Amino acid sequence: MTTNLKPTDVVVVGLGAAGGVAVLPLTQAGIDVVGLEAGTWLTRRDFAPDELRNNVRDWPMAVQKAQLEVPTQRVNAKASTTRAGSHPMMNAVGGTTLHYWAQSWRLNPWDFRVVSDTTKRYGAARIPAGSTVEDWPFGLEELEPYYDKVEYETGVSGQAGNIKGAIDKRGNIFEGPRHRAFPMPPLRSTGFIDRMAEAARNLGWHPFPGPASINSRPYQNRAACMYHGFCNKGGCHVDAKNGPHLTTIPRAQQSGRLQVVTRAHATRINTDDKGRVTGVTYVTDKAEFFQPAKVVLLASYTYENIRLLLLSTSTAHPKGLSNNQGQVGRHYLSHAQGGGVTALFPFNLNSWYGLPAQGVAVDNFADDNFDHGAHDFIGGGNLWVMSDRRPISAAGMGTFGKAPAWGPAWKKFVMENADRTNTAYIQKTTLPYEDNYCDLDPVAKDPLGFPVLRITADFKDNERRIMAHTQEKMSEWYRAAGAIETQANPLGSMGPSTHAYGGTRMGRNPETNVVNEWGFSHEVPNLGVLGASVMGTSGARNPTLTVQALAWRTAEYLARNWRGVTA
Amino acid sequence: MADDTRGVSRRDLLKRAGWAGAALTIPLTPAIPAGVADATAAAPDLEQQTPPRREPLENLTAEEMDLLELICAKLIPSDANGPGAREARAAHYIDRALGGALREQRDAYRSGLAAFDRYVRSSRRDAFANLSPRDQDSALIDVEIGAATGFAGSSTQFFNMVRTHTLQGTFGDPYYGGNRNFVGWDLLGYPGIRLNVSQADQALGAKLEPTHRSAYDNDLFTKADRHDH
Repeated sequence: MTTNLKPTDVVVVGLGAAGGVAVLPLTQAGIDVVGLEAGTWLTRRDFAPDELRNNVRDWPMAVQKAQLEVPTQRVNAKASTTRAGSHPMMNAVGGTTLHYWAQSWRLNPWDFRVVSDTTKRYGAARIPAGSTVEDWPFGLEELEPYYDKVEYETGVSGQAGNIKGAIDKRGNIFEGPRHRAFPMPPLRSTGFIDRMAEAARNLGWHPFPGPASINSRPYQNRAACMYHGFCNKGGCHVDAKNGPHLTTIPRAQQSGRLQVVTRAHATRINTDDKGRVTGVTYVTDKAEFFQPAKVVLLASYTYENIRLLLLSTSTAHPKGLSNNQGQVGRHYLSHAQGGGVTALFPFNLNSWYGLPAQGVAVDNFADDNFDHGAHDFIGGGNLWVMSDRRPISAAGMGTFGKAPAWGPAWKKFVMENADRTNTAYIQKTTLPYEDNYCDLDPVAKDPLGFPVLRITADFKDNERRIMAHTQEKMSEWYRAAGAIETQANPLGSMGPSTHAYGGTRMGRNPETNVVNEWGFSHEVPNLGVLGASVMGTSGARNPTLTVQALAWRTAEYLARNWRGVTA
Repeated sequence: MADDTRGVSRRDLLKRAGWAGAALTIPLTPAIPAGVADATAAAPDLEQQTPPRREPLENLTAEEMDLLELICAKLIPSDANGPGAREARAAHYIDRALGGALREQRDAYRSGLAAFDRYVRSSRRDAFANLSPRDQDSALIDVEIGAATGFAGSSTQFFNMVRTHTLQGTFGDPYYGGNRNFVGWDLLGYPGIRLNVSQADQALGAKLEPTHRSAYDNDLFTKADRHDH
C-alpha cells in the first residue's frame, strides 16, 4: 500500500554535500522542494571525541542506510567478487560532510582539459590506452563563480595563490585564477607543519596551506576550529565544520519552501509512459510513500546514484532510467588516494591534535604543473602533510622492521615512536577506462531485496606510474625535513571509496555521457543528477567543493529555465 | 633508570601498593626516552604481583577469560616500562563488547579460544598458563603466523582479531571498560582529550600534562548507547 503525497516542484534525493547545497538556490528562486534524506539530523552533542565510536565503529548512533547496501567489487570481469565490510560514506542531514576532512579544493585548469591540453603539449598518443577520458564540457572559468558562491555561502578558509592572474606565493601558484580571496584566512600551522614547509622551500618547491570548509575564525556566528584532533571521521563539537546541515539547508528551511524528510529510503524514481520522471518512491519504517514532483534531482552518493537509476526500469527505459545508451555506470573511477608515504622521525612531532585539513601542500608534481616529456604518464599528485593522530591508530603503527608486532620490544617501540611518524596523503590524477564500470550485482542484495551495486575496476599503469613518481618526491621531502625512515604504502583497490566518480558522466555527447553540460539527463529532460558521479576526471584533490559548485550551478540552471525543463 | 620514578623504585611502589593500587598512583613518564633498559628481563618480577581485581564477567566464561587475559598480557606486557593490557583491563573491554558492538564475534572468541587451548595442550603438553614465558611466546607466534592447527580458518585470523581488540581495549576511551586509569594513553604519551587546543599546544617540543579525562566526562556529549559498547 503506497501513500501518495502532495505534489511538489522538486524532490531532491539525498541532503548531503550536493543536494544540501542545491536546495538553497532553488528555494531562493521560489521553488518548493522536498528533500528526502535516508539519515537523520545529528547535532554537536552527537560528536564526542571518541575514536572507538567514530573511527572504529562507523557511527553506531546514526541511521546508516549505506551500510545495508555496500557495493561488491572485483578487479575485472573474470576475477572473483568480494564485498567490503563497510561503506565509507554516511547518511545524515549533511551527509558525509559531517565527518569528512573538509578539504575544499577547486580543481586546477588542466583537470577540465586533459585531452586537449595533453594532445597539444605532448601529442594524442600520450592519452593512456583504453581510457575513455573526455574534456569537460566547460573550463574552470565557467565553474569559478559557483566555487566562489559555495566558498562564501558555507565558509571556506584558505590562502589564495592566484587572484585574477596575480600570483601570490603564499598560496598555490598553480591554481587557476579566482576573482577574490577566500572569505577566511587559512587554518593555522603547527611546529611540525612549519618544519615541513621550510624543507619544501629549501628543495625549491612551493608549499602552501590547503583550503578547508572549516572556520579559521568565527564566521556566520559559528565558532572557529578548536583543533581538538577528532575531526577525521568525527563531527564538529563547536559547529566549525561547515556542512550544509549548518549552512544552506537551514537557510533554505527559513524560506518555508524546503520540507526535509528524514529516514526516507528512496527505492525508485517513477516515470510516465513517455519516460519523464513523475516523482520518487521511498520507504520509511516499512511504509511506502510516493512523492510526486515536476523535477527530480538525484543527489545521493555516486554508488547510490548509479544504483537507483539502474533499479528504476520502465517500458521507456528497460535498462534503467536514462540508460538507453548504456552509459549509466560507465566511466567509473575511484580516486587513487592510496600509495602514500609514511615517515619516521627521530623526535616527537606533537601531532596528537589538529585535523587532516591542517597541513601543508605541494602541487609542483600535480596535474600538468611540470614537464611530462621525459615521463611515461600524464597528470600527477598533490602532496599533503597534516597534523592528525589518535591513540588507537597510533598504537597500530607499523614498526619499520625495527620491532615485532607485540610483546615487550613492540611496547618499547610504540612508547618511543607513537608520536614520531607521519603519513602523507597523496591524491593522484585518476582516469576513466573502458573496462572500469559499475553495474548491479547478480547475487548480493540489500535487506529490501534489491541488488547492490557491483564495482568492476582496477588502477592502470598511468595511476601506478604517478604513484611511483609522487612517492619518490614525498620521500625526498620527508628526508629533507629530518626523517630517518620512509616507507611507501600500497595503492589499494578501486573498491568502495569516499572519492568515487563517474557513472553518470557529464558531457555534450549523449552517446558517451548520461547528463548534459547542465547536469540534466540527455534522455529524461526533468531529471537532474548531482554529485561526483557527473565528474569525468578526478584531479589530484578532494572532490567535495567541485561537487557543491556543480550542484549550485545545476540548481540555478533549473531555476532560470523552469518552464523549459518542466514543459 | 626507567624503574626509577621520583626517587622511589617502581618495584618498591608496586610491592607497597599492590598492582591494582599501583596502576592508580604511579605516574608514568609520557614518553620513555630511547635507551631504557631491556624490559624483558624485568617482566617476571612484575607478573608476580597481585593482578588487578577482575570485573564480573558479562559474556565470556571464567576459563575463556583466564586465557584471554594471558594472551592480552603477552601482546602488551606489564614490565619495567610500565603497565600493559592487564592493567588497562583490555580483556574486560573485550568481554563487555562481545555483548554489544562486537557481538558478531562472540562465536569467533568461543571457538578461537577453545582451539588455542587445544593447540597449546597438544603441541606443548600443558595449558598455556603453565608454560614458561619462552614457550608461551613460541605458541603465540605459531598462532600469529598461521602455523597453529585446529582453528576455524587460519589461526592468524584469530590472532589479528584479538590483537585489534586488545589495542582498542588498551588505547580506546575508558568509557568502554578498558584503558583503566588511562594507562594506555600514558603509555603512548598521548596527553588526552582536550576540547580546545592552542597554537602553543601544537609547537614542537611542547610539554602537555595528561588530562586523564574520558570524552564522556564532558557533559557536552550524548553517551553512546549501552548496546553499542
